[in-house]
Amino acid sequence: MEIREIIDYLKSYDGRELKLMEVCGTHTAAIFKNGIRSLISPKIKLISGPGCPVCVTPTAYIDKCIEYAMMPNHVLLTFGDMMKVPGTNESLSEAKGRGAANIQLMYSPFEAVEKAQQHPELTYAVAAVGFETTAPAYALMIQEAEKKGISNIKLVTALKTAIPALHWICENQEDIDGFICPGHVSVITGSRVYDELASLYRKPFVVTGFEAEHILASLYRIVKQIEKNDGHTENLYRNAVKDDGNPKALAVMEKVFQTGPAMWRGLGIIEDSGLYLKDEYAEFDGGSFELYADMELPAGCGCADVIVGRINPDQCPMFGEKCTPLKPFGPCMVSSEGACGIWYRNVN
Amino acid sequence: MCVAIPGKVIEVFEDKAKVDFNGNTVNVNTGLVDPKPGQYVLVHAGCAIEVMEQDKAQELIDLFTEIEALQ
Repeated sequence: MEIREIIDYLKSYDGRELKLMEVCGTHTAAIFKNGIRSLISPKIKLISGPGCPVCVTPTAYIDKCIEYAMMPNHVLLTFGDMMKVPGTNESLSEAKGRGAANIQLMYSPFEAVEKAQQHPELTYAVAAVGFETTAPAYALMIQEAEKKGISNIKLVTALKTAIPALHWICENQEDIDGFICPGHVSVITGSRVYDELASLYRKPFVVTGFEAEHILASLYRIVKQIEKNDGHTENLYRNAVKDDGNPKALAVMEKVFQTGPAMWRGLGIIEDSGLYLKDEYAEFDGGSFELYADMELPAGCGCADVIVGRINPDQCPMFGEKCTPLKPFGPCMVSSEGACGIWYRNVN
Repeated sequence: MCVAIPGKVIEVFEDKAKVDFNGNTVNVNTGLVDPKPGQYVLVHAGCAIEVMEQDKAQELIDLFTEIEALQ
């Protein structure tokens, strides 16, 4: 089959209007980069899901990170995209700007082990945010720290699993007709985890990669399934995603983390969607449990609707006027993987 | 956040590999995979999360063959 045939099919689609959700922010960015919307029928609506762990992180978590960064002899290590996420009073970036907080950016969680070894007089609090893609790296890092007898690392976790959030969306957003599954989450989880969702809600769940061809192929297969009134899992990213995922990654997550309730901004608390250190690793926990308190989204902010795909970012009254990446009003505009931030950079 | 980038394994040592990303070489953790030199790995947050079995061109050829078979 040729890509041209797939584009012709998607362009000429004239059935009922379909709402298809790409769960992952990296897919949202790839859809813009490749102009996918211009290649398909206006009757196929692509909407962005909650696929940015940064955007769904509650303010209580940011406050906890700032608390560590302000403590004497403590350093907070974080990925850069957390810096502008609003806390109750300020973001990490604002706290650092005041000169009050000791915050260092990291490229990889393993840097914490090196730094903690070099500076035993300091405690390194690590802001562990991410989905299944990222969680195994934190688990490996903690095992390495334990093996090396390092005790000056604290993990402040806001690690989440995407599958319970997909259940939430299927329960609460019944008008979504099919899902492009998060590609790099699926590398870890495998494609089989979607079987239960597909059969329970009778909707297509298609795993795919990040090239234009991958995305077009996934849309084609989702629409084909819908036309046949079918709903099952398909894996179009076999080069990276196995049916059962990465067994080593799943094993190390299982060894180090337990599941528990987690707060998702815009969705609320979802049971079993958070990953927390198990009791045997409790000495490394920096107080990650029950960080549920979240900001009241500012009046007029549409982030809660954007995260679950009720509206597109440009339908929010604040979008592009009062809310821009330089001066974000709501959390979806903050992160480079947030739906609003991606739309702003590509639409404007 | 979940961006993962493919790179080519140059050298494997202990629990790390030297990986080439278009000319930039970076040492990445290989605790989750067993890559061999010459293979491509997907790297996220300094950690190789999977070995890619094919190059991109072959992957896309196979993708369209597979879709044809699904008709």
